[in-house]
Order: sequence, then C-alpha cells, then structure tokens
Amino acid sequence: MSMAHTAPLAMSGAPPRRAGSVRTGDRLWRLFLLAAGCGVFLLTALILIVLARLALPVLHQPGTWAFLTSSDWDPVAESFGALPFVWGTLVTSAVAVVLAFPVGLGVALFITEVAPTWLRRPVTFAIELLSAVPSVVYGLWGLFIVVPWLRETVEPALGAALGFLPLFSGPPLGLGYLAAGLVLAVMVLPTLASVSIEVMRTVPAGLRESAYALGATQWEVVRLAVLPHSRSGLVGALVLGTGRALGETMAVAMLIGNAPSVGTSLFAPGYSLASVIANEFAEAGSDAHVGALAALGLVLFLVTIAFNAAARLLIGRRQP
Amino acid sequence: MRMFTVCTLSLVAAPLLAAGTLITGAGATFPYPLYARWFSDYGKARAEVQFNYQSIGSGGGIQQVTRGTVDFGATDAPMTDDELTRAPGILHVPTVLGAVAVVHNTPVKDLRLSGAVLASIFLGTVTRWNDPAIAALNPGTALPSSAITVAHRADGSGTTAIFTDYLARVSPEWLKSVGRGKAVKWPTGLGGKGNDGVTALVKQAPGAIGYVELAYANQNALPVVALQNRAGVFVRPTLASTTAAAAGVTLPGDFRVSITDADGKDAYPVAAFTYLLIHADNPDTAKGTALARFLWWAIHDGQKVAPSLDYAPLPAPVVARVEERIRQLKAGGKAVVLEP
Repeated sequence: MSMAHTAPLAMSGAPPRRAGSVRTGDRLWRLFLLAAGCGVFLLTALILIVLARLALPVLHQPGTWAFLTSSDWDPVAESFGALPFVWGTLVTSAVAVVLAFPVGLGVALFITEVAPTWLRRPVTFAIELLSAVPSVVYGLWGLFIVVPWLRETVEPALGAALGFLPLFSGPPLGLGYLAAGLVLAVMVLPTLASVSIEVMRTVPAGLRESAYALGATQWEVVRLAVLPHSRSGLVGALVLGTGRALGETMAVAMLIGNAPSVGTSLFAPGYSLASVIANEFAEAGSDAHVGALAALGLVLFLVTIAFNAAARLLIGRRQP
Repeated sequence: MRMFTVCTLSLVAAPLLAAGTLITGAGATFPYPLYARWFSDYGKARAEVQFNYQSIGSGGGIQQVTRGTVDFGATDAPMTDDELTRAPGILHVPTVLGAVAVVHNTPVKDLRLSGAVLASIFLGTVTRWNDPAIAALNPGTALPSSAITVAHRADGSGTTAIFTDYLARVSPEWLKSVGRGKAVKWPTGLGGKGNDGVTALVKQAPGAIGYVELAYANQNALPVVALQNRAGVFVRPTLASTTAAAAGVTLPGDFRVSITDADGKDAYPVAAFTYLLIHADNPDTAKGTALARFLWWAIHDGQKVAPSLDYAPLPAPVVARVEERIRQLKAGGKAVVLEP
C-alpha cells in the first residue's frame, strides 16, 4: 500500500521525463553498470561453489569437524586434517600483527601529529613503497637475510633468555613461525599504517585544539583525544592487517619450513593454508588430495572474508 | 608496390608454412630443459613440425593426455594402473634417465651411507652425524657431533616419488610408516619449494641433509653422498652410474618399472626413467607420424645432447626395446612410416 503512495511522489521529484523517453545509450550504460556490480557478487559466489563442490567428498568423508581438528596430513594414506595449516596461518598472522601494529601506530602518529609538513609525504611514500615489493622478493630476502640472522643471532639469544617459556624453546632452525611472522610483519605494515593514518585524519581539529587549549602536552593530546576517538578504526586496521597476513602465500611458503605439525614454539617449523595449496596442488594426483586442498582453500576463503567484513564494519562505523 | 605485396604475402605465408604440424604436449618439469633443447634442435632441421610443450608437472601432464587436450604427456613416475584404465591406448616411452642425489652440508668428504641408514635419518631415528650407524659405514672418518637437519621437498614432485620409492624398497620401516608418493607425510625436517628451495636449505643450515636432482647437485657443487647399492658397492651419483642402473633391470613390456635399488655393481640406486606418454594409435595421421619420427630421433641423435644437460642417456639394450615399440606405433589406424 505504502509503495503505491510513495512511488508517484518519488517520480514527481525526478526530472520531467517519461520512462519511455530515456535514451537507449543511458539504458545500456545503466545495464552495463548493473552487470559490473552484480558480476563481482556472482564471481565470489562461483568461487565458493566451485571450491565447495571440489571439497565436498572430504567434508563428507571424515566430516567437517574431524577435518578441521585432525593434525594428520598424509597424502599417501589419503588421510587429511587441516589443523596444522589453520594453526600455522593463525600463528604467523598473529606474530605479524603483534610486531607490526606498534610500528604502524607509531608511523601513523608521527605523520599526523609530529612530523613537519615537508616530511609527511616522503614518509608516506616510503611506507607505500613497501606494499609494492612483490612477495617473492620478500621471500628471498627472508630466506637469505632474515633466516640466517634468526638462526645465528636472534633465536639463540631469545632461547637463552626466555627458553623456559615453551614459546621460545627448541633448536634454532631459522625457518619457522617466527621467520614467516617477522617478514609478514613488514608486509602488513603498509596496510596498518595507511589505514591508521586515514583514521587519525578523521579526528576533528576542534578536539585536538581543545586539548591543547587545556594545556595538554603532545603525548596527552594523543592519549586523551586522538587515540580514544580512533579506537574502533584502529581495531579495524588491525583486523584488516590480519586479513592481509592470512592469505599471504609465497613469502610464507618460503619461510615457514613447510612441516605439517602443530608447534607450540615460535622456532618450530610449521605450515600455512595458502602455502600448502601452492606447494601441493600442481602434483596432487588423487581426487581425495585435490578435494582436501580445495577444502583448505574454502577454509582460508571463509576466514579471510570474515576478517575483512569485520574490518569494514569497524572502520566504516567511524566515518559519518 | 610490388615489393610491398611480396613482403605482405611472405609475412602472411611464413607462419602458415611453418605451422605444418603443431604438436602440443604437457607434463613433467624435470626433463623440460632437455625437451626444450630437443624440440628446438629437431624443429630447426624440419620446419614442418613444431612443438609446444608446457612444463606444468607430471600430474597435470597425465591429466591432460587422459582428457585428450594435448597430443602427448610427460611424466617422471609411471602412471598407476588406475590412471591407465582411465586413459586407454596410452603408452609409456622412456626418453632419458634422471638420478636423485643425496646432498649434505658437513665438512666430511666422501660421505657414505646405506639405504637403511638414510631411511633412519629421514625417519628421524638417527639424529646426529656421529651416530654409530653412520660411523660404521665411514671407518676412519672424523664425523661431526652436530645435529642432522633433514631437508625435503615441500611441493609435490617426481623427485620425491623416486626418493621415497627408494627408501620404501630398502627400509620396511619406511614402507610401513611413510610409503611412497609425490607428496608424503615426512616424519621430520624442513620443506623447501622446488630443487632450488631444498638446495638453499642445505647450503644454509650446517648439518643439513637433503635430496635434489643430480643436475642441481652438480651445478651448485654440493657435496654428494655415495650410496651403497644392492651389490654392496658405494656409488656416487653420476651420469654413468645412472645409466648403469637402467642396464641392470628387466624391462616389462610397457616400460613401467622402478629402477631404484637396481642390480649391478656400478648402478646408482636412486634413479628413474622419465617418460613421454603417447597414443598407441593417434587418430591424426600427420601428428602420429610426426611424433613417432621425433621419438626415433630422440632415442638416437637426441641422446647425444643429454649428458651436456646432466641427463643420463638410455643404455643400448633399452634403446633397442624402445625402437621395437616405436615401430609398432600406429597413426590413423595404419602403421607409421618412419622414413620421411
């Protein structure tokens, strides 16, 4: 009923042109835009469907829960479990974000609060440059510079000082969760920093000025005005950075050690969802093996979507 | 003007003439450098045949030739019975031999290992270089007390298939707990992507042991392990000892055979054939004939360039058997004419 009433009203607000007189060009243009907009959804849906269809046998056979909680990955015996990969993906992403977040936050505060105007552009540019480096290059840098450094210097020192914690126990192999997490931290830094900068720019100038007018120091302005106002946006940046780290394939495959086990030490080698797919898909012979890899892809896809959606919600809420 | 016409005509005509027969193939990455050389050398002499080979991996090669999307496939490990029933009329033709070298990063020169001890290392039961089992095989050699870091391939690969096939033959324990395959559940160690990934792991980590294709071991000058073969002799991986492994094996009619742990005192025990997968009767007469002629060339003239690229040539008795097989090929329902 209400539709019938509002429709003519809405029409009367539109330019005085009858529906039939809209030019064909306009209509085609609109159709094209509609197709482009819906196409994105369609593509996502198709990817999901294809993955799910490939993964179906595996999700049926041992069952989804058994697949997710088993840590056995044996292509010869066709017994597949996702736990080592889910674990490795989460651990490396967590290490990356924990290491990169303070730095990203610092960079953002430096650019928005501290740096003189002439320095802001070069620093922003340098941060953005980091995201332009291909991930294989990060992998090579990790393999030839970071891993030997970790094995010979960092891990023995950490082991000597904090070896009583399970987190820092075990032989210093170089390759493992820590190496992958450290290089991932550099890779997610641009995301964390640039989103944080955007968020902090939305802090109203009045708020800052009021704090300064009350005699607050720069640190107090940051603590009392900037950070509280940007909180949910910063959490969003954190989540977005995590989402970026979750899906990283090449660099992680080169650095994590590729051992399908659930290690509790950061020095231990592990495996990640994306890297096992990249490593094993090309030569996966049996349908069960392909299906298990597709199931891992499905898990990764859903987790990444969840993280990105959460980040959008958190960042979006901030903006008016 | 006429000049222009001639130019245009020749531009248009050249690819058409050259395109005579385009043969497409896909499969193993291991023999790719050699095949690329062969296709180029062979194509230079005969402009009417052109090859397009995609090195997408053995698994992909088997899949594509089964579906008929390519004219031939290539694989390192022979197809399984199950795969063959899905691909009727597909034949294996061995082209060259490859060997897997066990490489290490220790100061020990001329390290010797037996298959059983190698399996124990990769099972994670022998963990130090000065383990009594290793010392017994290397009398009079000073062994370091450092821990052994095992490096293996992380990506599915024919190299892994050959290596695990060898371990499964020489160690019942390995056969029972790990088995053989292109990707297996490694009991211990770090995974590197590709031969270069494993090479990097072994080069960097002191005390590491890993396995790579012989070509990689040679090119990177990595110390290799001399392995004890079935005759009890310690043999280093070389092209000659690889060819010797193939000479000591009775070939079945379809050439699908594992030559790991082969007989013969000169035989290196971790070796394998690499195969082309072709149709016994190619429905396209031109393609079938061209492929058969190419194969004939590959097992004769082609073998001569193999050593320069670190591939071991087929021994004479195997060449004779392959000749016999090529003569039986058909194209378009009729026996192929090998002489142009």
